[in-house]
Amino acid sequence: MSARAIKVTVNGVAYERSVEPRLLLADFLRHTLGLTGTHVGCEHGVCGACTVLVDGDSARSCLMFAVQADGARIETVESLGTIGQMNALQEAFHEHHALQCGFCTPGMLMTATDLMRKYPLASDDEIREGLSGNLCRCTGYEHIVRAVRAAVGRAKDAPS
Amino acid sequence: MKPVAFDYVLAESIDTTVAALAAAGGEAKILAGGQSLVPMLNFRLLRPAILVDINRIPDLAFIDERADHIAIGALTRHYRLETSPIIAEHFPVVAEAMRHVAHLAIRNRGTIGGSLSHADPAAELPMLALLLDATLHVVSPTGPRAIAAWDFFLGPLTVDLAADEMLTRVTIPKLPPVTGWSFVEVARRTGDFALAAVAVTLTLRDGLIGEARIAMTGIDETPKRADEAEALLAGRKLTADLIDAAIAAVRANVNPPTDLHASSDYRRHLIGVLTGRALADAWRRAGGEKP
Ligand SMILES: Cc1cc2nc3c(=O)[nH]c(=O)nc-3n(C[C@H](O)[C@H](O)[C@H](O)COP(=O)(O)OP(=O)(O)OC[C@H]3O[C@@H](n4cnc5c(N)ncnc54)[C@H](O)[C@@H]3O)c2cc1C
Ligand code: FES
Ligand code: FES
Repeated sequence: MSARAIKVTVNGVAYERSVEPRLLLADFLRHTLGLTGTHVGCEHGVCGACTVLVDGDSARSCLMFAVQADGARIETVESLGTIGQMNALQEAFHEHHALQCGFCTPGMLMTATDLMRKYPLASDDEIREGLSGNLCRCTGYEHIVRAVRAAVGRAKDAPS
Repeated sequence: MKPVAFDYVLAESIDTTVAALAAAGGEAKILAGGQSLVPMLNFRLLRPAILVDINRIPDLAFIDERADHIAIGALTRHYRLETSPIIAEHFPVVAEAMRHVAHLAIRNRGTIGGSLSHADPAAELPMLALLLDATLHVVSPTGPRAIAAWDFFLGPLTVDLAADEMLTRVTIPKLPPVTGWSFVEVARRTGDFALAAVAVTLTLRDGLIGEARIAMTGIDETPKRADEAEALLAGRKLTADLIDAAIAAVRANVNPPTDLHASSDYRRHLIGVLTGRALADAWRRAGGEKP
């Protein structure tokens, strides 16, 4: 049960910390590093609120231990933008009213970020399918789908 | 909730994994993708003293084409199965089914070895292993052994693996030419475990069904092949009457559970409907005459 030393890069910043093996990555981010943008809803993989990127791929941070992230590159919602300078996906969420209480939003944003890289998201059905692992109790999803659709459109229009 | 404290072993190889499991005398568990294990740890349904993490064992994640079969490493993630060109070419039924397994973030981490070892009675990969006559390769402290998928699934969350054994590889024989396939599932929500799902392959010979395989999940304690319906179809042309007969045979031979999400009768009805659709689909893909 002895603590382990790990090195992780979170949002571009390198950290060295000592962690107990049972510490979940979500709790490491929130409590050890103070990055409270990552939310914790269910702790069993069902709600998606805790989704982060691990070496570029979305993952549930409640289903990984911090020790497993040794050597990894983690990105959380804090990496996307700031209030003054939101990224295109965040802008789209803002414009389309894709959040109310905001609890699900970090997970929605990190999930959509990975979805947009991996799938064409050509139809609303495909967007809904992609977001189906993220629960929102406020919006009824319609506005979130609209926001992602807008962000996909913008990414397509953007000069590459 | 949070897991109870455990010791963490980062395994370097298959041999060190099996040695660590054996030394722990039943108190250790393998940690693969963690997508089924960690929820159970968080709920404290499991309290292993040791977790042996196999995520950094080299050469455990692969999809290799051999002369007559495809070999898949135990640590191969669901997302890789979903997108692999080798899988798309040889087992499009698997590629199609993977879109129904959970959600992208879970598919990024979950592994084929974990899914088969966990053996949820509504999971897709165990039924596909049955459908495709896969062989599971296991390493135990006394050496390697191979088990037919047919013999591997013993009950809900119960497989033929001892506490000190590790699943390392799955091999799947290639399908004969002129094989049509289908995968159909009904779940309450995209990505949820199946209420029921059916996967079919139909291999045609001289315009008739040479071999029919039908696998089902969500309808019993383990995934099942529909032996009676398969036998009925062999040597025939697919017609509307034959589909009805196959549906009746399937319904007569399943004993689905009743739970919060669906009654036994509903699942029995559903498995018949899905069987009918899957047969028609597979026959069409194989180039058979319109039934
Ligand atoms: C919200 C959610 C939805 C899901 N929906 C679906 C779904 O629709 N369909 C579906 O099929 N699955 C679903 N899953 C489960 C997912 O597919 C898991 O990835 C899979 O069941 C387990 O794989 P894993 O690699 O994560 O294994 P782990 O969780 O790491 O391990 C599972 C079990 O297998 C053992 N084990 C793992 N690897 C080996 C090995 N190589 N040898 C011996 N024992 C081993 C572990 O000790 C443990 O007991 C879902 C999961 C979540 C969280
Ligand atoms: S807190 Fe991780 S999925 Fe709900
Ligand atoms: S905005 Fe409140 S849960 Fe989604």
